[in-house]
Amino acid sequence: MSEFLAMGGYGFYVWSSYAAMAVVIGLEIRSVRSRRKTIVEEARLTVPEATTSLFPRGHA
Amino acid sequence: MTLKPRHRRFLWIGAGVLVLAGAVSLVLNAFQSNLVFFFSPTDIVENRAPQGRAFRIGGLVEERSVKRESDGLTVRFNVTDTAKTVPVVYTGILPDLFKEGKGVVAQGKLGPDGAFHATEVLAKHDENYMPPAAAEALAKAQGRMADNRAVLDQAAKSFKP
Amino acid sequence: MASINWFKYASPVTFFPLAGRLIPWFAWMAAILAAIGLYVGLVVAPTDFQQGDAYRIIFIHVPTAWLSMFLYVVMAIWSALALGFNTRVSAMMAQAIAPTGALMTFIALWTGAFWGRPTWGTYWAWDARMTSELILLFLYLGVIALRNAIDDPRRADRACGVLSLVGVVNVPIIYFSVKWWNTLHQGSSISMTAAPKMAAIMVSGMLIMSFAAWFYSIAVVLARVRTIMIDRERGAAWVGNLAEVKNA
Repeated sequence: MSEFLAMGGYGFYVWSSYAAMAVVIGLEIRSVRSRRKTIVEEARLTVPEATTSLFPRGHA
Repeated sequence: MTLKPRHRRFLWIGAGVLVLAGAVSLVLNAFQSNLVFFFSPTDIVENRAPQGRAFRIGGLVEERSVKRESDGLTVRFNVTDTAKTVPVVYTGILPDLFKEGKGVVAQGKLGPDGAFHATEVLAKHDENYMPPAAAEALAKAQGRMADNRAVLDQAAKSFKP
Repeated sequence: MASINWFKYASPVTFFPLAGRLIPWFAWMAAILAAIGLYVGLVVAPTDFQQGDAYRIIFIHVPTAWLSMFLYVVMAIWSALALGFNTRVSAMMAQAIAPTGALMTFIALWTGAFWGRPTWGTYWAWDARMTSELILLFLYLGVIALRNAIDDPRRADRACGVLSLVGVVNVPIIYFSVKWWNTLHQGSSISMTAAPKMAAIMVSGMLIMSFAAWFYSIAVVLARVRTIMIDRERGAAWVGNLAEVKNA
């Protein structure tokens, strides 16, 4: 196991790369989720237009 | 001839991209000489490398040319592009992949002694990846091919009048 | 296939639920492929004859670098469609791709630095490949910044669309830089025209990781575009009728 982590002496470089990838993916998923929560909350507070409206209001 | 607004828009976009591509290709052409990351030993021998300022030299480390001086840190080796060869002097730590017969890029200046005095040496490895056993087998096979060629050359010569 | 009316999905009303159905599928494919790819890359694949285990960075460097270029082209295509047809979904897709593209570019640069240090002897060099990839990151950041600088979404769509299309010339420059100029970066190991210069197991690890990164990007872009749709169509009847907006 420690041999696997050592990566033949290149452990620092290999794991820095893989860790960066994991961190970035984690942050991206978290940011999309939290943004979605805020947006859904905001949309709920927006009074919907009449269903006959042909032109949805862009975000002001 | 009348065009739909949509088609006209597409035409404009297409024209824009074309003009841009043309401009970029012209710029690239002009920058060609400045985008040179390193100069080959032939460039240097034929005085095509910049004079009096630092630049990079790139090529292969000549086989059996690496010599360490007694201080243990200064290294001398030759860089070759198989046509011309330039001697390089460097004091410092070499990258792990620095090896005879492999690629190298060194930053530095030409000294009055004709040698390239490097301040930084980088290894330029190739795009081949394989397990060590396969590399050994390949080297052996190539060696055999070289032997065969020598035998064939010998044979060919013996047939000449 | 011919019976599908693609223009049906050019409206957020129909695209939104379609994206919602596709996301879990792509996300699971990404997770499964990443697990297989990591196992192949870190455990099964042998060490390299000249770089030792440092080469294992390739299993994330190459997939992210490919995607950084590919996503830019896809973003530019959506932008072109948005400029040409004035379709809302196309512009929103272009908007949704930019952050993921920027992240993939960042990872490609970061892993490249951590690969360059042990092999070349330096984290960074201003050679053509690295410089053009850095320009790609700035292009993505420029598109994102431009979007945030313009309040009117339709005007932002047009401005970002033009910038995306202008920047697309950088992609072939990145790809061919190692052929056109002397670079510290090595040439391509995988190309359309020649046999791979890599052992088969290494190639398969790299391809599996590439598909994983690809599916991940699709899933996260679709998730983001759904958020953008709710944001930009807020107040529209179909948004008000969404289950999550109604009952949240």
